[in-house]
Amino acid sequence: MKLRDLGVVYRKELRDLLRDRRTIISMIVVPLLLMPLLSAGVGAVALHQVKEVMKETFSVMVLGGDDSPTTLAELRKLENLEFVAAAPDFKQQIADKKIRAAVEIPPGFDAALQNGPPATIKIYDYEGEFKSETATRTLRDFFSDWQDTTVAQRLAQRNLTSDFIHPFNVETTNVAPPEKVSGNLLGSLLPYIILITCLTGAIYPAVDLTAGEKERGTMETLLSSPVKRIDLALGKCLTVMTVSLTTMGLSLLSCGVSLLLVRTYGANMMRNNGLPLDLNPMALVGAFAIMVPMSLFFSSLLLSIGLFARSSKEANTYMQPLMIMMIFPAMISLLPGFELNEVRAVIPVVNVSLLCKEIFSGTYHWNYIAIVGISSCLYAGAALAAAVALFKRESVIFRA
Amino acid sequence: MVEVQSLSKAFRDKKRGLIRAVDGVSFRCAPGQIYGLLGVNGAGKTTTLRMLATILQPTSGTAKVAGHDIVAAPELVRANVGFLSTATALYDRLTARELVEYFGRLNGMPDSRVRERVDSIFALLDMNEFRDRRCGKLSTGMKQKVSIARALVHDPVVMIFDEPTLGLDVLTARTIVGFIRDCRTRGKTVIFSSHVMSEVEKLCDVIAIIHGGRILAEGTLAQLRERTGLMDLEEVFVKIVEGQP
Repeated sequence: MKLRDLGVVYRKELRDLLRDRRTIISMIVVPLLLMPLLSAGVGAVALHQVKEVMKETFSVMVLGGDDSPTTLAELRKLENLEFVAAAPDFKQQIADKKIRAAVEIPPGFDAALQNGPPATIKIYDYEGEFKSETATRTLRDFFSDWQDTTVAQRLAQRNLTSDFIHPFNVETTNVAPPEKVSGNLLGSLLPYIILITCLTGAIYPAVDLTAGEKERGTMETLLSSPVKRIDLALGKCLTVMTVSLTTMGLSLLSCGVSLLLVRTYGANMMRNNGLPLDLNPMALVGAFAIMVPMSLFFSSLLLSIGLFARSSKEANTYMQPLMIMMIFPAMISLLPGFELNEVRAVIPVVNVSLLCKEIFSGTYHWNYIAIVGISSCLYAGAALAAAVALFKRESVIFRA
Repeated sequence: MVEVQSLSKAFRDKKRGLIRAVDGVSFRCAPGQIYGLLGVNGAGKTTTLRMLATILQPTSGTAKVAGHDIVAAPELVRANVGFLSTATALYDRLTARELVEYFGRLNGMPDSRVRERVDSIFALLDMNEFRDRRCGKLSTGMKQKVSIARALVHDPVVMIFDEPTLGLDVLTARTIVGFIRDCRTRGKTVIFSSHVMSEVEKLCDVIAIIHGGRILAEGTLAQLRERTGLMDLEEVFVKIVEGQP
């Protein structure tokens, strides 16, 4: 291995790639523009939709309740519900979205409130349908309040205070620092974004520098130079890694800036929805550091695949299943309940996904950091060795 | 100097089994000499030359190129060989100058020497007009000149040309042929392959007729004519190839 040769190859490959518009688009334009636009766009649409639904009034059918005028009168005070006349096909009407929910008041409900046995209010809704669930929630809230009112009345009649039915209180205090709370939310999403952008950022350059070279006939030119194959492989790998880390870094940066903007300009909105968005900058640095061996792993893996393929087209065909194989372990950070343990700390991709999640929530388990770091370096080393070995195999380079 | 000793290359093919692409080829080529491999497509020309350029490794046998063994010291061999074939394309996104400089550096030349050498080659081949244009935007003739400059940048003592005129127009092909002659004049050892009879006839000091991975006949044009009793090289070629069982 000669450092100078490696440097010569690296500088040329990087310059060559940066002159390719496709590299610039996938490395700089997409992470910087598309990511914030997309998140802001989807956010705005979702928010708009929620507001629209909140403004809407829902048709609700009341079944029975003719002998319970008090309850009915209270119910009709609800502003965002519109009550329609009872009909026997109410279930069908809910399914057809003609009405959003139906509420059945048993006979003698008002009377039973005074001293009778507990009666049952039945609510019919269409589960999974947002508008139906919103209407149902309104109804449930109403009856819950109605129940509290009734209990208060009963207690007053017996000269008892509310302490009678609340013999003790339960209080939960949050000891987690603010970043931890937000970390749980961001921490599940960011590792996934980081891993995926790190991988996708490496795909185009890895294919271009291997199968692309074969396709364009420059591979043979390159191999006729006295540079050792190992230096060629390492130079190319370093180039792919640079592009991959840049793509990831810029995505991370643009996510950070988007969050900052949301926090500054959408503070009220976020507080209302209970979205804490604090992120420790040191956590970003830590995540970046742990991603360096990961990027080397991805780069070497993709280079090997690209080298094996006869053409860019063939290489891209292999990339599809690889992407799917990588997306699932990367997504583990999004699944609740998965935490690092000795086994998960050595599973590639899964370990980094979970470790980043911990770092973003302000937890630093140094023993896990060491295990994840060392195992990632080992995987990266193995993948790199495989790529170098493939580069020396003429049956791969000149695969017919 | 190039000395080839029973060089062989076998590939394993799923359908056809073991293929002996090159089967015990031996020859010598001295400095100031052009050695021509004449053969049809698939005769083993490209595989032989790729082995001499150490892009492929021989299955058995070896060769000494400029005093270095192709199996034991492939990097030293490559440092002394200029290899040019139809398959050695250029990087479209680099300029002519950047490309030649890149290969100079890959050959371990210091930057100052690279610049000096590039200046002189560009002047020699009359390339200064398009030196800062990207290779992808050059005409076929210009590209061929860049390829020549690329193969020459480290001033190799051995030049290997694998069908260098394939697919080129008459004028460009003439430039190449002239350049190959020039290499001989300057005392380089030149190995050349082609399936174009007229080129081989004009250029080569020694002609080897290669078929099925084996050299069937070798000699000067006059010797080959004498052996077959025919004048036209094409007739000579056909007679020798068809004389084989």
